[in-house]
Amino acid sequence: METPQLSSLYQQLILEHYRNPRNKGELEEKTVEIHMANPVCGDEIRLQLRIEGNRIEDVKFLGSGCSISQASVSMMTIRLKGSSIDQADELAKRFTDMMHGDESAVKEKSLGDLRALQGVSKFPVRIKCALLGFDALQEALKKEAGVVEEGAT
Amino acid sequence: MSIEDFDPIRIRKDFPALDQTVHGKPLAYLDNAATSQKPRAVLDVLSEYYEKDNANVHRGIHELSRRATVAFEAAREKVASWINAPSAAECVWTRGTTEAINLVATAWGLDHVGKGDEILISVMEHHSNIVPWQLLAARTGATLKYIEIDDEGRLVLDGLESLLTERTKIVSISDVSNSLGTINPVKKIVDASRAVGAIVMVDGAQGVVHTKVDVQDLGCDFYAFGGHKMCGPTGVGVLWGRLELLEAMSPFQGGGEMIQIVGRDQSSWAAVPHKFEAGTPNIAGAIGLGAAVDYLSKIGTKAISMHENEIMAYAMEQLSLIPGLRIFGPSSLEDRSAVISFTMGDAHPHDISTILDTEGVAIRAGHHCAQLVMKHFGVPATARASFYLYSTREDVDRLVKGLDQVAAIFG
Repeated sequence: METPQLSSLYQQLILEHYRNPRNKGELEEKTVEIHMANPVCGDEIRLQLRIEGNRIEDVKFLGSGCSISQASVSMMTIRLKGSSIDQADELAKRFTDMMHGDESAVKEKSLGDLRALQGVSKFPVRIKCALLGFDALQEALKKEAGVVEEGAT
Repeated sequence: MSIEDFDPIRIRKDFPALDQTVHGKPLAYLDNAATSQKPRAVLDVLSEYYEKDNANVHRGIHELSRRATVAFEAAREKVASWINAPSAAECVWTRGTTEAINLVATAWGLDHVGKGDEILISVMEHHSNIVPWQLLAARTGATLKYIEIDDEGRLVLDGLESLLTERTKIVSISDVSNSLGTINPVKKIVDASRAVGAIVMVDGAQGVVHTKVDVQDLGCDFYAFGGHKMCGPTGVGVLWGRLELLEAMSPFQGGGEMIQIVGRDQSSWAAVPHKFEAGTPNIAGAIGLGAAVDYLSKIGTKAISMHENEIMAYAMEQLSLIPGLRIFGPSSLEDRSAVISFTMGDAHPHDISTILDTEGVAIRAGHHCAQLVMKHFGVPATARASFYLYSTREDVDRLVKGLDQVAAIFG
C-alpha cells in the first residue's frame, strides 16, 4: 500500500477543533440523545439534538476519543445547527461518500470545515473514527422519525 | 542455548514476518502482548502437518489418523512439561485463554457457586477474566468482588484477608497484567485463598510468555494460557486443572470426542481431558503450539527473560526522557513484564499509533480489553509497546524517533 502522508491527516484545522471543540457540553431541552461508542478503541460520544418540526434547533455533544473522532463531531455540529432534517441527512451521506474516497465531495461547500477530514479516507483504519459522530446523527434521525411515526398512529 | 549465546539479531532471522517493510520503513513490531510473530519452525510444522498427516484424531484406524493422533498427543505432553503439570491428562486443549476461563466459569462454576457465594477477581483483569465471572454471578446469584489496584498499578493486598470469606468459592487472577505489565504475587494470593477453602484460577495469558511457569509450585487449581502470544498459532490454548477437580466436573460442551456411550436420554463421558474436548479440535494448532514450545525450550526461558529485562530497562530509560510522556504501571523493573503503557501530552493513543505506523512501528492503542484499569487511571486509552525475544534496542530507538513525530504534530 502506498504510504499516505501524515500531513494530509493531521491538518491544523483538525487539531484546532480537537483542542477547542465547538458545541461541547450538555444540551438543555434536548428531544433526542444518542450514545455511540467504538468498542474497539474506546472512542465515545453522546450526541444531543433539539429537533422542532423539521429543523434541528440546537445540538451539543459530550465525549472523548482521538483527534479525528472529536474534531469530526465538533465540525459536524456547526453544520447541523439550524439545518433541516433533509439537509442533515444529506450532510451525513456526502461526508460518508467523502470518507469512502469520493473526491467530488471535497468541493462541496455544505461540508464546511469537514472537508479538512478528507485525508482520513487514505487511512482505512481511521475512517470509523471520523464517522462516529455521523453514525450517531443517523441513529438520532431514525429515532426521531420513529417517534413521529408512532405519534401519528 | 546459554545466556551468553543469546543473540536477538540471529533470532530475528527465524521470524519471516519481521523481515519486511511497512509504509516504506523496516518493521519494528512492538505489539507482542497482543500476539507474537511465529518462527519458521512453527510455520513448517503447520504446513507439514497439512501436507502429510492431515486426518482426524482419536477415531481413525488408518495410518494418517494414527500419525495425527500421535503428534496431537505429543504436543499435549510438551505443553504439560512447559508448565510442569504432573500429567498431560490434566491439560485440556481450548481455543485460547478466554475459552479456558469460560470453561471453568461454566463447567465448574455452575456446579459449585450458588446464591450468596462470592467470586473474587481484580480490577486489573483482562475482560476475559471479568465477563465470564459476571455471567456466572448473574446466573447463580453470587457476588463478584474486586481486589483494587494502587496508583502504580499494583494489586492492593493489604485488605486481602477481609475480601476472602468462607463464602468465597473461587479467586481468579492474572499472573501478569496485559495492560500494565505488573507481575502479581500469585503465590501469596493462592495461600490466602486456600486458607478460606477457595479454588484459585490463574489467567496466564501473559505470564506464561515471559516467565517460567510451574503450576505445582504456584499451588493454584487451574491455569489458563493461549498459544499465540508465545510463538504458537492462533486459536489454540490450554486449560490446566488438578486431575481430581477435572474428573469431578461436568462437561463444558457436548459432542463427538467427549463421550463414552451415547444413549437416547443420556450419555456417559470420556475420560479427562477428552471429556472437555467436544468436536474436532484444532489439531494443527495444537501441534504448532508443541513446536513453539520446542523452539522456546531450545533458547531457554531464562535467556529470553534476561534479554527482555535488558530491553525494558533501555526502553523505560529512553521513554522517560520524552517530555509529556506518562508511563503507567510499576516504577520498579522487577515488578513488571515486557510491557510499557503510556500516554503523551494531549495526543490521543490512536493518533500516536497512526503516526508510529507510518514510521513502520507497530504498537497497540486502546483500552487493551482492560476498561476497569483505564477507568482507575482516568484515561480512555493508552498506547502500549510490548517486547519479546526478538526485540532490539534499535526497535526502541525507532519508537522514540516515531514519538518525536508525535511531538512535532501535537506539540
